[in-house]
Amino acid sequence: MTKLVSLTIDGKQVTVPEGTLFVDAAKRVGIDIPVFCYHPKMEPVGMCRMCLVDVGRPMIDRATGQPVMDENGAPKIQFGAKLDTACTTPVSEGMVVIGASDKVKAARKDIVEFILTSHPLDCPVCDKGGECPLQNLTMAYGPGETRFLYDDKLHLAKQVPLGELIYLDRERCIQCGRCVRFQDEIVDDPVIGFFNRGRSLEIVTHSDPGFDSVFSGNTTDICPVGALTTADFRFGARPWELKSTSSICSQCPVGCNITFNVRREAASGGKTVIKRVMPRQNETVNEIWICDKGRFGYHYTESDDRLTTPLIRKNGELTPASWDEALGLVASRFSAAGEGLLTLGSGRLSNEDLFNLRQLTEGVKGKAALYTHMAGGDLTAQVGVAPGTDFGEMGKGTAILVAASDLYEEAPIWFLRIKQAAERGATLIVANARPTKLEAYASHVIRYRYGAEAETIAAMTVDRGPTTVAGHPSSVADASKAFAEAENAVILFGSDGLGLEGSQALSAACANLLVATRHVGRANNGLVGVWSRANDQGAWDMGLRPLTVDRRPELQSAKAIYVVAADPFGDDPGLLATFNLQPATFLVVQDLFLTETARRADVVLPAQAFTEREGAYTSGERRVQRFYPAAPARPDTWPDFAITAQIAQKMGSILEGRVPAAVFTQIAATVAAYAGLSYRKLAETNDQWPSVGSGVRRKGLYFSGTAYENKQGVGIHLPLSPTPLPPVNMQSFHLQGEGLLAVPVTCLYDRGQTVYPSALLHQRIGEVWVALHPADAERLGVVANSRVSLTLGGAEFDATARLDESVPQGVALIPRSMGIPINGPEAVEIRAGERVVL
Amino acid sequence: MTEHLLLRHRDIPNIDQLDIYQQHGGFDAFRKAVTTMQPDAVIDLVKASGLRGRGGAGFPTGMKWAFTDKKNWPHYVVCNADESEPGTFKDREIMERNPFQFLEGVMITAYAVQANLAYVYLRGEFWQIASQLDRQIAELEAAGILGDKLFGADYSLRLRTHLGAGAYICGEETAMLESIEGKLGQPRLRPPFPPSFGLFGKPTVVNNVETLTNVPLIVARGAEWYRSFGTDKSPGVKVFSLSGCINRPGNYELPLGATFRELIVGRGLGVPFGHKIKAIMPAGASSSLIVATDEALNTPMDYESVPKVGAQLGSASVIVIDDSVDIRWLLDKTLHFFKHESCGKCTPCREGTYWMSHLAERIASDHAAQAEVDLLYSVASQIKGKCLCALGEFSIEAVLSGIERFKEDFVS
Repeated sequence: MTKLVSLTIDGKQVTVPEGTLFVDAAKRVGIDIPVFCYHPKMEPVGMCRMCLVDVGRPMIDRATGQPVMDENGAPKIQFGAKLDTACTTPVSEGMVVIGASDKVKAARKDIVEFILTSHPLDCPVCDKGGECPLQNLTMAYGPGETRFLYDDKLHLAKQVPLGELIYLDRERCIQCGRCVRFQDEIVDDPVIGFFNRGRSLEIVTHSDPGFDSVFSGNTTDICPVGALTTADFRFGARPWELKSTSSICSQCPVGCNITFNVRREAASGGKTVIKRVMPRQNETVNEIWICDKGRFGYHYTESDDRLTTPLIRKNGELTPASWDEALGLVASRFSAAGEGLLTLGSGRLSNEDLFNLRQLTEGVKGKAALYTHMAGGDLTAQVGVAPGTDFGEMGKGTAILVAASDLYEEAPIWFLRIKQAAERGATLIVANARPTKLEAYASHVIRYRYGAEAETIAAMTVDRGPTTVAGHPSSVADASKAFAEAENAVILFGSDGLGLEGSQALSAACANLLVATRHVGRANNGLVGVWSRANDQGAWDMGLRPLTVDRRPELQSAKAIYVVAADPFGDDPGLLATFNLQPATFLVVQDLFLTETARRADVVLPAQAFTEREGAYTSGERRVQRFYPAAPARPDTWPDFAITAQIAQKMGSILEGRVPAAVFTQIAATVAAYAGLSYRKLAETNDQWPSVGSGVRRKGLYFSGTAYENKQGVGIHLPLSPTPLPPVNMQSFHLQGEGLLAVPVTCLYDRGQTVYPSALLHQRIGEVWVALHPADAERLGVVANSRVSLTLGGAEFDATARLDESVPQGVALIPRSMGIPINGPEAVEIRAGERVVL
Repeated sequence: MTEHLLLRHRDIPNIDQLDIYQQHGGFDAFRKAVTTMQPDAVIDLVKASGLRGRGGAGFPTGMKWAFTDKKNWPHYVVCNADESEPGTFKDREIMERNPFQFLEGVMITAYAVQANLAYVYLRGEFWQIASQLDRQIAELEAAGILGDKLFGADYSLRLRTHLGAGAYICGEETAMLESIEGKLGQPRLRPPFPPSFGLFGKPTVVNNVETLTNVPLIVARGAEWYRSFGTDKSPGVKVFSLSGCINRPGNYELPLGATFRELIVGRGLGVPFGHKIKAIMPAGASSSLIVATDEALNTPMDYESVPKVGAQLGSASVIVIDDSVDIRWLLDKTLHFFKHESCGKCTPCREGTYWMSHLAERIASDHAAQAEVDLLYSVASQIKGKCLCALGEFSIEAVLSGIERFKEDFVS
């Protein structure tokens, strides 16, 4: 137990844990101490000097060691000669702090005046204007007019790109160092720093490309002035013109709470458009951070290429049609197909969409399937992390095993949270076939061959391991001992180098390890899938299962296929040949874009983006969270659950298609884990620390960033399925063949349909590439950064060769969704392209 | 005084040669400490000598060493040879001319706190001294005076020199530590102080060159002997750097407690060209201006007496200002220096020195109204007590004292 101490702040009694800083102690009783450089998530530095307070401590008699009392019997308080910074002074018993005296107010005025001497005061054209702490603190404490001669003002560059995503206005910067410290301390991407000194002190980037961090956008939130702005939002709108809507990021399974800021504007032809994505506080999910994919990847929802009308194939051409005609045709063909109906949905859909899909399909005894390359969602429902789990609490006593996942790329906020848990003392075990960024924080690193994922984790269960690669700190046996002995243990499994079969084996091995070491059924224990889509867990919970090898006959015998929010042909053009689909098979595609699959469809139905409707996603931790409609829907589009309900209606069965809340009620009634949940419950919030403001309507002057306060729901963590887990049969899985093996890996920024429309990210996405070990490259005659051609699954592709010593020999890494279809490990042939003679 | 204790090269030619230094008892003290004394006994001896830090703050040296956290290892010793205070040039002479006594002081200190690695941090402009010290360190290693298992005892020590890149702020001890760590030279928050959290986060003793140069003699000749120099509370000798309007500028080694008059008139032979002494800056640019009255000139130069005439002894770089100097010009030069050297970490110093420098420039060029003088005074006052480190706090000393004590110079 931490010792509690009592002190008086401006006459208010406060009792807080020993070691608490004044600035936070004061905030706990509602007293705002103004800050610029202090941030509650970072170590204090005491640079800006804004938080000066008058600190008195009880006088102690040196001879007796007892407090000296005054005539009234109260301890005499001795105040320091100088004011102290509230952000660097920890509380102690009996302290008296004065933050409201004239002396303190004068000191704050002095500091604001100093800051303003070199500030451009361009608030009328500044993006931060309206939600700017410098503005607020100037109003609260600053002098009404300046004594500084305007001619003496230092003028500096106003549009300095730190990278293509983040711009620096050097005049506005007050050198608080929050951005630098965020990159150093919080995310450990130390790519920006201070350069020069005095009034020439400036923020510079050390990386190429500039500001090379997937967390860079967060620095613009915590910047207390308008010095750092995003390329996306700068000059875009004034904060007070923005409406805000709570949502959930749909880019990965973390389920970051976000807020969409929208504005109806002339610049967009009078349309209401999304101006920016901001983090929304949820301390158990994403704290007050989001990654740059979540922040900048939303542009696809506003793409001009979106489908806006149903299409029906007539005379071989997809032709616009009415909803009535399209739905009628679909319904009749689905009815005719009966048990020959195969529905393929993906984790991009909400729980309501997926629930209705399954209802419709099973109504005609068809088969519903989940489009994914990962397995194990049934296992996470049984041995997943129990309610109460919080990565933010994990530290000493907790073991975290990250298996086959490059978390920095697959789920950046989990990378951040697990890195921090490791820094707090958690035992981090990273098992992967190649080094990943997370290894820097690991106490145990297990390196296996691609293909040996499940085998390696299984070895941990029986406490025997293959020998480790020289130079790595521990053997599998050490790691498994640490894992087994930890009080709490969590496993996150990803899909680095894995296809569906490999994932099945790996997830089973992980589940078995947790059961064998009794790390199940409790908070901060269990299995988490690092899924590739936001709601894959929800899809499993709604009863959809992947098309594993044994289910291929279902695909081959399908008379009608209903593909929703998935692009199997785009991902694998050879699919038709592989599965020998009948040309007569009736193909319906429901999506946002005319995908490769949609081009082959008989009917295409235009759906709404998640920004235009409401729904609920279930995160990888199995937290059900609501998102709300942020922008008006495209005319003549419908949300997926409603389209499905209308098809069902035309087929003669009744499905709920009015509002998602009603569908969710049905989910709560049918899906055991969701019992008792409702939209109202999902909208409940709780008290969170540190306190953040909410945009323009920020309360108080204590500033932890422009992240939004959580007012519309922190979500509900699902209970585990009570069914005891039967020992999972681990199918043996071995890679076949010889020669170079291509394995799929995930990149945060890819060419997927929900990323690529953000032109802003194109520089980060880059060209399609294949990564090789330099030794393999030499053998193949491939030089670094040259074009190569490769043969994969019978098809030919071009790519740029990246040479990387961290790639295991004999392996070629191929990024998913970058233009080369790859579902799992398979043989590849790589040939050097023609040399360009310069 | 009969002999120099610190500037011994003035008495003994070629003491910068190792054999000459050894002929005069060089490294006997270090050998004695390592082979016959417990580390704590060395600390106690230095405590008993009353030696105080010569870098400016005058903190008792032995007490600082005793604060070194013994639960946290390794320990480091860093010698502050940044010597950047305008008007200070004593460490340079010591290192150039009497280097082995200085290095022996570093080595004894390292032994006292059981550090196996000590750094000498020199300002970038001292690169010749650094390469000279490197050669001398190599000589010591070759002679078996530095290295592993010294004198058969279980103690090893290595010395390293480290050059700064030319920043005044790196004379501030925590900024210096940051600089050695390869970071931007900006001061850290204190507390924690270096003896508990110093170089690379480990307990570190930071002392000035002159301070450490005293140590070999204290170990060799005893605390009582040392206390026979100087005053009761400021024992020992001090090298005073005398500059400015003076006939014989230079370093003068005097016991602490010698008066300004003894230094300025007795040694420096007064101001040239028949001018009168107007003001004294006893601690370089970081100093308040003392009005050069008879009382001031008769004031003993020690840590207790100088504050009585409204200044600090500091690094004892005595800058003499005669009546040909306009205090407005002096403030302009001083503030230009502080503006140039402010690290920019904390607001009052970064913005305040910039603002003051601009005001002082206009005042000095006679283009300012009285209101600007008042504004300069006001800006300086509002910096006071709000800075992160002493640089900012010192930047206003000359301003406040100059405007208060030399009003006539500011009447235009």
